Amino acid sequence: MNVILALIRRELGGYFKSLIGYVVIAAVLFLFGFSFVDMLGKLNGIPQDAPVTEQFYATVYFWVILLITAPMITMRAFALEKSTGTYESLMTAPVGDWQVVLAKFGGTLAFFALVWLPLLGCLFIIRHFTGDPATLDPRVTAGTFFGILLIGSLYMAMGCFASSLTRSQIIAAIFSFLLGVGLFVLSLRSAALSPSESGWGAVLDYTSVMRHLFDFSRGIIDTRQVVFYLTGTAFFLYLTQRVVESRRWK
Amino acid sequence: MIDSPMIEVHDLTKRYPGRTAVDGITFTVGRGEVVGFLGPNGAGKSTTMRILACFLPATGGTARVAGFDVYREPDEVRRRIGYMPESNPLHLDMRVREYLKFRARLKGLGWQRSRDRVDIVLQQCGLTEVHRRITGQLSKGYRQRVGLADALVHEPDLIMLDEPTIGLDPHQIRAVRALIKELGKTTTILISTHILPEVEMTCSRVLILNQGRILAADTTENLKRKLSLDGQVIAEIAAPHEALRECWRDLPEIERWDVAPADGEWFRVALTPRNGADLRPLVFAIVRDNEWSLRELTRSRHSLEDIFIHLTRQQGKDLPGQ
Repeated sequence: MNVILALIRRELGGYFKSLIGYVVIAAVLFLFGFSFVDMLGKLNGIPQDAPVTEQFYATVYFWVILLITAPMITMRAFALEKSTGTYESLMTAPVGDWQVVLAKFGGTLAFFALVWLPLLGCLFIIRHFTGDPATLDPRVTAGTFFGILLIGSLYMAMGCFASSLTRSQIIAAIFSFLLGVGLFVLSLRSAALSPSESGWGAVLDYTSVMRHLFDFSRGIIDTRQVVFYLTGTAFFLYLTQRVVESRRWK
Repeated sequence: MIDSPMIEVHDLTKRYPGRTAVDGITFTVGRGEVVGFLGPNGAGKSTTMRILACFLPATGGTARVAGFDVYREPDEVRRRIGYMPESNPLHLDMRVREYLKFRARLKGLGWQRSRDRVDIVLQQCGLTEVHRRITGQLSKGYRQRVGLADALVHEPDLIMLDEPTIGLDPHQIRAVRALIKELGKTTTILISTHILPEVEMTCSRVLILNQGRILAADTTENLKRKLSLDGQVIAEIAAPHEALRECWRDLPEIERWDVAPADGEWFRVALTPRNGADLRPLVFAIVRDNEWSLRELTRSRHSLEDIFIHLTRQQGKDLPGQ
């Protein structure tokens, strides 16, 4: 455990010692700003019956932010260490493959969570100026953040997997972007199909990340969705561990 | 396990597609030895070290470190080694102390223990005055020392250094060598290098590698003796050419001789003794008796470099040390 904590600390530190951490945070804040202004415009017009969180998160901004930042956050995980050679000193230290994989994943997820924190500030601003506590239900907000973390963990796991395959950060980023966009496009497709149409419709519906986010942002946490993200994350982490281990295959 | 040799390698082979990097090498390194791995670039030194450090799997053969198999018990092996890879990769965005503490924690040292050990290795490697600097801004010599400190920080039984002095200036090389020598008093060390004087200066034993095979494994002194490269005498003599060529013919001490014109009436004579005898008094006596002039008389001490060139050239023939 000590080893994992030391590694996670190093991973998180790495974001703030290079430009990438600040670039990602600045880009996300910029998009948050847009999204905030957009939502204020909507709220200013007609009254809305959907919760604030839904209008905040279940928007195109969320997806732009997620799809772009996930590769930016994860591309360095393994690829950077491989290209600078520190991977060799890491893997010749007495650390297990799983420890390395979990620490890389933990580091990226912690940074991802950190990136989303400023959004909480926006919500408090709304609450402050509307003067109505009902605009922001803490349980709905918690559900939303939980959902963002779940979706984030799947995307981080996919990104770590992509990064473990190559020593080039660019290739890792492109591959992880393709994986992420692929999953997103599937959910667009499922929105077009009705679940009852065929078996495939039901499967697509089950994997629809867009629909999941709608539920989360209303404070609905469905066990099936939680299971979907946890198994998805575990699957990609398992693949990553296999890639890391493959170095020692004869 | 405590009585087993530090490194036991048997018939180790590593094949890459289309290329054999290590071709069935066998050697042993005892506890407390300082052994040099010597060979030209691409001889298989780094590959062997990477296998011993459990970074790469071997294609065939076995390797044990401190009695543990590198393939089956990599965790046990990695706990016992301090390995500095070839290019000495460091996290260039970390500060020296921070980096060493991170590495110490990674190697399983507790919080207090890692603090204490980092202080000790900072001192040992002469890094105390730069411990707050960012490694990326350090000179190459300091970075190399950080790599060394990293290899030492968890008090390993075996230290493996892959080209530890490459790219350093002479002062830095000297400092690193002194450090290695100091460490060698208490720890087993395996150094790889293609710089010959390095091995001669720091190592008690040398393994010469070429094209994935071990050409010779012995102490440097023994190698020199076996190859009888010692004792060649060079003399510059002013004498009639014919007389100079003839006078060595009947001397039993001399195995080979060669006379080449230098400048003016001077000739350069190279004499190889038959059994390592010192030919200098004899040469001087001959010059004196013939009333010739002598302006140079040296006995060459062959270095490892000559042995190395000699061995790599005659590879494939019957080799000493094997």
